Amino acid sequence: MVNVTDQILRDSLLITPGMLIPLFPLIGFLINGLFGKYLSKSITGWIASISVLLSFICTFYIFINLPSTGALHIDLFNWISYSTLNISFGFLIDPLTLVMLLVITGVGFLIHLYSIGYMHGDEGFTRFFTHLNLFIFFMMLLVMGSNYLVMFIGWEGVGLCSYLLIGFWFKNDAYNDAAKKAFIMNRIGDLGFLLGMFFMLFNFGSLDYAVVAQKALLLPVGSSILVSITLLLFVGATGKSAQIPLYTWLPDAMAGPTPVSALIHAATMVTAGIYMIVRSNVIYALAPFTLEIVAIVGVATCLFAAIIGLMQNDIKKVLAYSTVSQLGLMFAALGLGAFSSGMFHLVTHAFFKALLFLGSGSVIHALHGEQDIRNMGGLRKYIKVTYITFFIGAIAISGIPPFAGFFSKDEILAKAFEHSKVIWAILSISSMMTAFYMFRLVYLTFFNDFRGTEETKKHIHESSSLMTIPLIVLAGLSIIGGFIGLPSVFGFTHQFQMYLSSVTDASKELMKENIELNHSMEYILIATAVIAAIASILYARFKYFTKKEQPSEDLALVGFEKAVYNKFYVDEMYDTVIVKPLKVLSDLFLVLVDKLIIDLLVNAVAWVVGLSGRMLRLVQTGNTGFYVFAMVFGIIVLFVIRLLI
Amino acid sequence: MSQYLFFTLSILTIVSALYVVFSRNPMHSVLSLIFCFFTIAGHYVLLNAQFLAIVHIIVYAGAIMVLFLFTVMLLNLNKETEPHKTNWIKIAAVIAAGMLFLVLIASLKSTELGPFHLPYRSTIGFVQNIGIKLFTDYLLPFEVSSILFMSAMIGAVMLAKKEK
Amino acid sequence: MKEVATNYVPQNWYLLLSTFLFCVGIMGVLFRRNAIIIMMCIELMLNSVNLLLVAFSAYSGNSDGQVFVFFIMVVAAAEVAVGLALLVSIYRNVASTDINVLNKLKW
Repeated sequence: MVNVTDQILRDSLLITPGMLIPLFPLIGFLINGLFGKYLSKSITGWIASISVLLSFICTFYIFINLPSTGALHIDLFNWISYSTLNISFGFLIDPLTLVMLLVITGVGFLIHLYSIGYMHGDEGFTRFFTHLNLFIFFMMLLVMGSNYLVMFIGWEGVGLCSYLLIGFWFKNDAYNDAAKKAFIMNRIGDLGFLLGMFFMLFNFGSLDYAVVAQKALLLPVGSSILVSITLLLFVGATGKSAQIPLYTWLPDAMAGPTPVSALIHAATMVTAGIYMIVRSNVIYALAPFTLEIVAIVGVATCLFAAIIGLMQNDIKKVLAYSTVSQLGLMFAALGLGAFSSGMFHLVTHAFFKALLFLGSGSVIHALHGEQDIRNMGGLRKYIKVTYITFFIGAIAISGIPPFAGFFSKDEILAKAFEHSKVIWAILSISSMMTAFYMFRLVYLTFFNDFRGTEETKKHIHESSSLMTIPLIVLAGLSIIGGFIGLPSVFGFTHQFQMYLSSVTDASKELMKENIELNHSMEYILIATAVIAAIASILYARFKYFTKKEQPSEDLALVGFEKAVYNKFYVDEMYDTVIVKPLKVLSDLFLVLVDKLIIDLLVNAVAWVVGLSGRMLRLVQTGNTGFYVFAMVFGIIVLFVIRLLI
Repeated sequence: MSQYLFFTLSILTIVSALYVVFSRNPMHSVLSLIFCFFTIAGHYVLLNAQFLAIVHIIVYAGAIMVLFLFTVMLLNLNKETEPHKTNWIKIAAVIAAGMLFLVLIASLKSTELGPFHLPYRSTIGFVQNIGIKLFTDYLLPFEVSSILFMSAMIGAVMLAKKEK
Repeated sequence: MKEVATNYVPQNWYLLLSTFLFCVGIMGVLFRRNAIIIMMCIELMLNSVNLLLVAFSAYSGNSDGQVFVFFIMVVAAAEVAVGLALLVSIYRNVASTDINVLNKLKW
């Protein structure tokens, strides 16, 4: 039993660092944004990095001092107050938030450091760090908010920063288009989120997490209110976290600088949807129908993106589809009710996917902007650190023990097996594909001989230590990151699950299906997964290392391969089904409504006014006598009217 | 007694006023208007507003009409130089004025006058009473009107002086 | 009684008189083309109003009306001063006081 006074004392000590967490990036943003042009480049970079580091220290301090059962409430001020509606602007720091914050600040700091090296020499250096700090700030609002509205501010804010950073090199039209695409796609999702909030307000009268969960528990399981709220929120999640059908923006978002891809489009922002669902796990647990949908969408995305990833030739596109696929895996876990497993994979994925992106950034840096893996090869001799760390990341994502990805992935697969054999099968196939395309990437990039021009070959160089140190740290995390959640089957307690239990317990009680797998079955599952992964890696090695195959040229592809290479023509399909009809419709309205009706009306009004003006001005004869007559006549009329009425 | 005085004064007023309008010579109009103002001053005396009657004569007959006279003589308008309007405009003018008169009378008919005091016994028109009113309740308008006068004077001087 | 009756001037008579004077003024304005006469007619109209104000003031036993008459005189004097000055300067330019000559201000 925790002593109550002790708890109050402890909380009061933690409030200050709690408020400082989002303040540091905000200060960094303001300094760089307002005075950036007076400061030297390296200073702006360090200001941004150190502000995130300070946030990380504060987060870590709270992480140590706050027990896993506790939660820290910080109410800043009463934001919206209208009759019965009360929405406060406040923060809630509980284990779930802390996990997210540690990932954001920790990985965020490493990526900031890396960016100092990577963006060195770019003319928008200061702008880059300004936006990056702003992003971190909004991301913190997102995870720290104590109600859905504060989360929504962060949600919109990270969308904005994502837009700004994807279109960072705004002189390139294609990059701008990618930024706009990301923004619009997110907007569709945000509309769902917004509607979900309205539903929540309408039915529960509050947006506070605790209140909503409390009121939701009063409703019957699967009631239509809960299903519609959760479905609408999930639409928001599909937009932000790039799930079918709103996933197409993420591969295009690779137009941004590589650190942005690592931070925003792999480690943090795209996981906002997962965070949101875990945060509202109680209402999701009360809506089994929505969970089915989440699971189906997750599984479908996981497989679909993995297939597309098999055939991509752009090093960042492969990683982007891999991210979509891994996010699908997380959603599948959430859909199966394994909220903590989804979070676990989120954390490990943040480590190794950030590592892979930063590694690819290092490769691109070494090759002066070359992104096509057909023009790489043999790089292992030139950039050793990058090679080793990238290799570790690839192993981790493929699910080879004891690397981080193995534990989290295996946990999800086990949960899937409990739930349905079909889902398990599909997810297993997807993870085999993952292993295959990751090692395809590794072999094509780092092995055999260099396939680019001699000119580039001369200039290949290892990145500066500012860039390699984050790689090494992330590689270390990818190796040991899985140990926070050792499975119980090996006789350990699942630390991560324990830590999050105060958040996820409520929903766990609601989901009563507890078909505990027996241990032998679980061993078999693990063995299958590992063997499958190793087999795919070996196949990739055989195909791209031993046989030295190369991806065929774009035009040489036929049939299914061509369809895969062109991403199943989803973009083209959206273009035909949605964009083109819309364009035709707006053209139609332009001609029919705008030009014909509205213009006609406006012009008619103007014409009538002009005509009456031309007529009336003849009254102004300039003859004073006439004016006096008119005036007297007016007086007479007025009196007559007054008399008659 | 008062009624006879009223009638006499009224007839004189109306006749002189009409002569102002119909006289062909501007000089005659001015003189006739001065006479009209004197009769109106007589009305004021009849209404027991002696102070106002004196002020009226000083301001109108003494100042304003002298100004008119000077202008008429300055512009040398004492001849019948004015080109007259066509007949139908004259008829229209008379009809319009007549109509206005009728309409005004008609609207006056429909109004009701409140209870009244007989003016002969009141002392409100005395200098003392008006002075008290003017320098207590209406002090600000009084001061403001002095500014108006000042600006009118400057304006008149500016407008009338020959341009160099 | 008879003396009282003849001493007593009904309020309506003043109303009629000043209305008539006012209409004569209006007629003058409409009738004449000489700007000086028109201004004189305006003075006539102002005086009809003054007369009415004094009459009302006397009959209601309230001196406010008489104070207003003062202010009207002030305004009338100012108006005449400025108006005549304008006339003089117009006469200098067009050598006429006919208002029909001044018809330049039109569409």
